[in-house]
Amino acid sequence: MSESTAVTIDWAGLAPLVIVFAAAFVGLLAEATVPKSRRLPVQVALAVAALAAAFVAVVLNADKSGTVFALDGVAIGSVVIDGPGLFLQGTIAILSIVAVLLLAERRTVRGGDFVAEAAVVADSAADLEQRREDGATEIFPLTLFAVTGMMMFVTSGDLLTMFVALEMLSLPLYLLCGLAKRRRLISQEAALKYFLLGAFASAFYVYGMAMLYGFAGTVDLAGINAAGVGSGQPRMFLYIGVAMIAVALLFKAAAVPFHMWTPDVYTGAPTPVTALMAACVKVAAFGGLLRVFNVGLSSSAWDWHLILTVIAVATMIGGAIFAVTQRNIKRLLAYSSIANAGYLLIGVIALGDAVGQTMFYLAAYGFTVIAAFAVVSLVRDGDEEATHLARWAGLGKKSPGTAVVFTILMLALAGLPFTSGFTAKFSLFAAALQADELGLVIVGVVSSAILAFPYLRVVVLLWLNEPAPDAPTVNLPSPMAGTVVAAGVAATLILGVAPGFLLDIVDQASTFLNT
Amino acid sequence: MNELPLLSALVAVPLIGAVVVASIKRENAAVARWTALGFAGAVAVITALVALGFDYGDDAPWLQFTESYTWISAWDLDLSWGIDGIALLLVALTAGLTPIAMLAAWRDLDAVQRSVPAFFALVLALEAAMLATFLASNVLLFYFFFEAMLVPMYFLIGSYGTGPKKQYAAVKFFLYSLLGGLLMLVAVIALWVNNGGVFDWATLVESEPLEAGTLQNWLFLGFFVAFAIKAPFFPFHTWLPDAGGAAPAAVAALLVGVMDKIGTFAILRYCIPLFPDATKTFAPWVIGMSVIGVIYAAFVAIGQTDLKRLVAYTSIAHFGFIGLGIFAFTSESATGAVLYMFNHGLATGLLFIVVGFLTLRRGSAQIKDYGGAAKTLPLLAGIFLFAGLASLSLPGTAPFISEFLVLFGAFTENEPVAVVAALGIILAAAYVLWMYQRTMQGDRNPALDEVPAMKRDLTLREKALVAPLVIAILGFGFYPQPLIDAIEPAVDNTLGFVADDPAELPMGVSNE
Repeated sequence: MSESTAVTIDWAGLAPLVIVFAAAFVGLLAEATVPKSRRLPVQVALAVAALAAAFVAVVLNADKSGTVFALDGVAIGSVVIDGPGLFLQGTIAILSIVAVLLLAERRTVRGGDFVAEAAVVADSAADLEQRREDGATEIFPLTLFAVTGMMMFVTSGDLLTMFVALEMLSLPLYLLCGLAKRRRLISQEAALKYFLLGAFASAFYVYGMAMLYGFAGTVDLAGINAAGVGSGQPRMFLYIGVAMIAVALLFKAAAVPFHMWTPDVYTGAPTPVTALMAACVKVAAFGGLLRVFNVGLSSSAWDWHLILTVIAVATMIGGAIFAVTQRNIKRLLAYSSIANAGYLLIGVIALGDAVGQTMFYLAAYGFTVIAAFAVVSLVRDGDEEATHLARWAGLGKKSPGTAVVFTILMLALAGLPFTSGFTAKFSLFAAALQADELGLVIVGVVSSAILAFPYLRVVVLLWLNEPAPDAPTVNLPSPMAGTVVAAGVAATLILGVAPGFLLDIVDQASTFLNT
Repeated sequence: MNELPLLSALVAVPLIGAVVVASIKRENAAVARWTALGFAGAVAVITALVALGFDYGDDAPWLQFTESYTWISAWDLDLSWGIDGIALLLVALTAGLTPIAMLAAWRDLDAVQRSVPAFFALVLALEAAMLATFLASNVLLFYFFFEAMLVPMYFLIGSYGTGPKKQYAAVKFFLYSLLGGLLMLVAVIALWVNNGGVFDWATLVESEPLEAGTLQNWLFLGFFVAFAIKAPFFPFHTWLPDAGGAAPAAVAALLVGVMDKIGTFAILRYCIPLFPDATKTFAPWVIGMSVIGVIYAAFVAIGQTDLKRLVAYTSIAHFGFIGLGIFAFTSESATGAVLYMFNHGLATGLLFIVVGFLTLRRGSAQIKDYGGAAKTLPLLAGIFLFAGLASLSLPGTAPFISEFLVLFGAFTENEPVAVVAALGIILAAAYVLWMYQRTMQGDRNPALDEVPAMKRDLTLREKALVAPLVIAILGFGFYPQPLIDAIEPAVDNTLGFVADDPAELPMGVSNE
């Protein structure tokens, strides 16, 4: 019977995903059809336009709450449109635009930071050949695929859709990590490491999903939540399932002890890709965590609360302490991103009380970190980035503008008032205290104090040390990277001084739809 | 609401000044100096207007000149300002000491090859943040500036300081203060969560305080530790000798003369009214710490070989007196403590500035590099002795009144403590006079004759900038009544929260 299988689709709700996904395919076609000299502007324009259109589509959906798909009028929760989902989609879209601009930077490195083929043996003749060529533009469609996956990840209403999204966001990233033009071997190592560990994480995810299906008889998050109180199946299935799903998600979020890949991959990947991972993937990973734990596992909070608390504490303290010992700016930022994952986990643990504040934190942190990596990509020793901290000594003398910007970003990461770092921490910790998580907040504060030391050491290096005679130069950024830095710093300051508007938005957008 | 937003102007003028001065080109050092001094002078003028319009009567509202503008409504964070007698004194101290410190540092930077506009911009930014902490009448607003102030001071010490340990000192200062501030942040948030989302100070003070018990005790500790680090009280003091020793002398004068007062000011403004029961619970401990601080820091000061570190240690001893005065909870001792905060700013500010003159001439802060210096620098030596004597509270100088009031008030409450603390006076005489004797008197150090600058007595600029301080120290030494009139109502309001007799409730705080 035709009406018994009538599927209705809310195309407007699906529009952000469709737009970015379609643009990715158009981008692939452009690779094949547009002459090489014109590919870069075409790809960048396409990517930015698609992401901007997706953002507009998200905004147009603003008041919507429901599922995209329905069968015979009965909602199917595979893709869910609700406040948090929309806010996170919008955040990912905006941050991706910024990241794409950074990917498009061509003035600081002639021809860009990327090669076309990741798998060519490093330093072989073919590799040297491709390094001489202008940078690959395949990175833009790949990025759009990853962004589609991220935007789907935060709106998935069941574990199966979420798995598809997880793979979709991960696979292009594995590849992107291996495309660095300099230090090919390290880049390839990063890609392989990320891929192998990511594949492990995915396997954990699938196994955990099977366990939860066995427990609840459904992969639907709301159904799993209902089963958390009513299922007659052995509770061991639930424990194992939650544990394994959590391992996969915490791996993406870079929480201790699943963080091992982070410093190596952040260092090895081309810096623009690192920025994409640190900002957008972080948003997606925590969007997923928030949804799974709020929608799917809130009824079994007693079962996972302790272990997640332990992980959050380990992440905050571990990230901060390891950050203290770092001598490489990218590794320092990697460990700082681990510690920040710990703070964000507080928001996950606090469940419904802190959803809005966690999202605010994600947006604020994303802008700051993307600008920080943009600055890292500008400070160069000849062809290569000067990532060793000692090389940054005295930058304030030679390039005061860059040093001022980086100082603001470091102070924001340290959580000083009048920066977004403070407002984000304040609102997150306040929400956590409201949820009676005093212990976690105190650990968070102690960790912030420890973490302030490495940031401060960077500031000391920038301003108080004498530059070496062969100190690295700060390349004048093209309008692309210039926009990235400006946008990141502007957001950092605006969200620090006048965060009211965004606080209102996350406040309104903080309720998950429990289908 | 008064007709002119004077308090907003007090914060805005130096802030705008900082931006203006920072945008001046590095080559135009003279322009930067004069512009900065102009802004600092404008702040002093506005302060004078506030002081003239201030109602010194006993029935005046607690906070005057109140202003309030909504900022982030989700957090009850308003730009709300208000001033009481205690804050008025400290604002006046800040507004007076800042231009003097600028004049003191006028030429210091010529030697170190650092950007002059940046230095003066940082000083103005520091002044704005310090004034804002005295004027804020919103707990979170206070916290914002309490933390933000670290940044300019950090650069002033780390970038413009002297000695091999300046970076170490700057980082130590920053991390110490940040740790205290972050612990306070937890308490600030917890206070907010537990009182239904209120940060407005007047509302908090007028409403029922938190129930006495564990929560109030922890919140008190969260606030108190931050303020005790800032003040600094023994045993939270270890950052100060490093910071004071490394900072340029003019900055050290601001650091010890004004910034450290924010700690003791905030104890009076926040700890006592918001957590009265916990304040009483912990008072014996704080008094114990204060007395240990007085004696311990004095002994350590005697043993110092570096002039700036020595002065820093004397300050820690003086902060012990202030803590004793506040936590003895008598009207005399608390009035004395507030007066002490003001007078200490004058005396130690002067002492640091004179030490700055000396070290700039000699190129060293080591006591052993001096000896018999008074022969060629009679006037400088005289001012040095005067500052030292003021710092040891010689009768006739302003600090004598405050120290006397503190000890007198404390004596009526707790004799043994007052007696032990009084030993600090004797020790103070020892470290001040011995310091003077080793540097200025005795056999002349032959090395001094090789330094031409050591033969140049005070210049006109130097005379002009120490004169107001000398006059103030002498003037308020003989006639402290105006100061006491200003602070007594505010002190009585504050102490009303910890009064043994519940009938002595404080008067209304709002201006409506």
